Amino acid sequence: MKILSIALNTFRENLRDKLLYNLLVFALLMIGSSILLMRLTLGEFHRLILDVGLGSINFFGVLIAIFVGIGLVNKEIEKKTIYTIVSKPVARYQFLLGKYLGLTITLLVNTVVMALGLLVVLHAQAVPVEGMFFKALALIFVEFMVITAIALLFSTFTSATLSAIFTLAMYVIGHLTADLQAFGAKMDSLSRGVLDGIYYLLPNLERFNLKGHVVHHLEVSGADLMLIVAYGVTYTAAILFSASLIFHRRDFR
Amino acid sequence: MAPNSDLVVQTKQLSKIFRVGFWGKRVTAVDGLNLEVRPGEVFGFLGPNGAGKTTTLKMLMGLIYPTSGQARLFGRDLGGTETKARLGFLPESPYFYDYLTSREFLGFYGHLFGLWGAVLDKRVDELLELVGMTHAKDLQLRKFSKGMLQRVGIAQALINDPELVVLDEPMSGLDPIGRKEVRDLILRLKESGKTVLFSSHILHDAEVLCDRVAMILKGRLVACGRVADLLDRGVNHQVELIVDRLTSEGLDHLRPLADRVVMQGDRMLVVLKSQQQVQGALEIIRAAKASLVSLNPQKGSLEDLFIREVGGHRSPSEHRA
Repeated sequence: MKILSIALNTFRENLRDKLLYNLLVFALLMIGSSILLMRLTLGEFHRLILDVGLGSINFFGVLIAIFVGIGLVNKEIEKKTIYTIVSKPVARYQFLLGKYLGLTITLLVNTVVMALGLLVVLHAQAVPVEGMFFKALALIFVEFMVITAIALLFSTFTSATLSAIFTLAMYVIGHLTADLQAFGAKMDSLSRGVLDGIYYLLPNLERFNLKGHVVHHLEVSGADLMLIVAYGVTYTAAILFSASLIFHRRDFR
Repeated sequence: MAPNSDLVVQTKQLSKIFRVGFWGKRVTAVDGLNLEVRPGEVFGFLGPNGAGKTTTLKMLMGLIYPTSGQARLFGRDLGGTETKARLGFLPESPYFYDYLTSREFLGFYGHLFGLWGAVLDKRVDELLELVGMTHAKDLQLRKFSKGMLQRVGIAQALINDPELVVLDEPMSGLDPIGRKEVRDLILRLKESGKTVLFSSHILHDAEVLCDRVAMILKGRLVACGRVADLLDRGVNHQVELIVDRLTSEGLDHLRPLADRVVMQGDRMLVVLKSQQQVQGALEIIRAAKASLVSLNPQKGSLEDLFIREVGGHRSPSEHRA
């Protein structure tokens, strides 16, 4: 119940944050602009709208996850609002999970709004919407959950700026880990071991990318989808657990 | 430390060392502090800026961890949620969620104590009334003045009807009216049986409000006890006399007893070194057939004690500075 109260308060904080609306407006503009782009392309417009639309939702969602996520804990410490929470009968992990859950709710609402925007565009342009579209959206949301957890983890022990840089770096590397493993396969056993270790430690964010599947009408089975979701949820849980451990030992000076 | 469940706050050799800068230089913020706060008293925690007051309070509130020593609240170890449920805390220069209205703000803190619905609404209304903020209940905190923030800050500290109320510099930054309101509120809390522990560097407030005070300097306790006892201890109570038409011969007799003599025409102000000199001085005045206009014992103040303690602990170079 305490986690939920903190989550709802965080959600309310996000709702009253101008940054969120700016990003949301940009995202909707971007989705809408795919109609203009379509006029410049010959054929293939269905693919273009889907690709640009889903890409925009992904890009702006990640921006929100990172830039709101890094402030979740940092801002509370900088503004000393955390003093009044931690001195109440609230365990530190409850505070952390509440903040995380709050931003996740915000991201969920955002994803829904952006997806509705895209659906309107798709409908207006008479682009058929298949089941894969919603599966891709679901995995985009799981990716947001992972990124938010990473931003939160960094913000428990470093400044907002460094958290943003680290989280962005993790996002970029997270989409390249498959290359890392492929690269390792061509090297000696020690290097391969190290690169494999990094591959398993870092999140494999490419797993959550089904945009190609949607555009090219490829299918992903329900079982595979569940496996990817389970991977995302487990990874998130591990990151949140680490964040709680660090946060528990921290002095609020 | 033998836990004493009769004490609200008990610390034994409580210390905190911070590591600062790139090389992790050790800075001792609190050094072997022993404190005891009893139920129902208003306890003032005094010291200059940077003495370690806030660090100590933060340790008690579970915001930072002690480096060594022990601390207990209500006879229990720090940090437990049961202990925290009996506490109210107002941090120094508090910043709050400024996107919330007073009602939402207090409601949020109420939820953290498991208060919901009509019970919470009633409590929020009571508190807004208590701190005189009913008129601003639907105003966002970002539009508040410092005094108003301090008042809702105190209200959030009282949301759970706590047994111990800890206020960090509750009077700082407030205008005289605001300070009086906070003083009245602390007295009201005492009347309703609560224990109040507050830190301050404004000594007058402490003198008026506190049953007992502790003074710390550079993280160490330099004085602790009842205000009256501290004022008596070591303070040389001077006495001011105003005398009319004292002859020069009488003045010569009086001078050895006096610390200072100020002439104002026929009238003179004589400051006696201590109360022990009063009898002798009166006899001299009577013998010289002068008339005594007034006799005022000068009360020592916490400020005198404070300045003496701070002065005594400073190095010569600090004195020069």
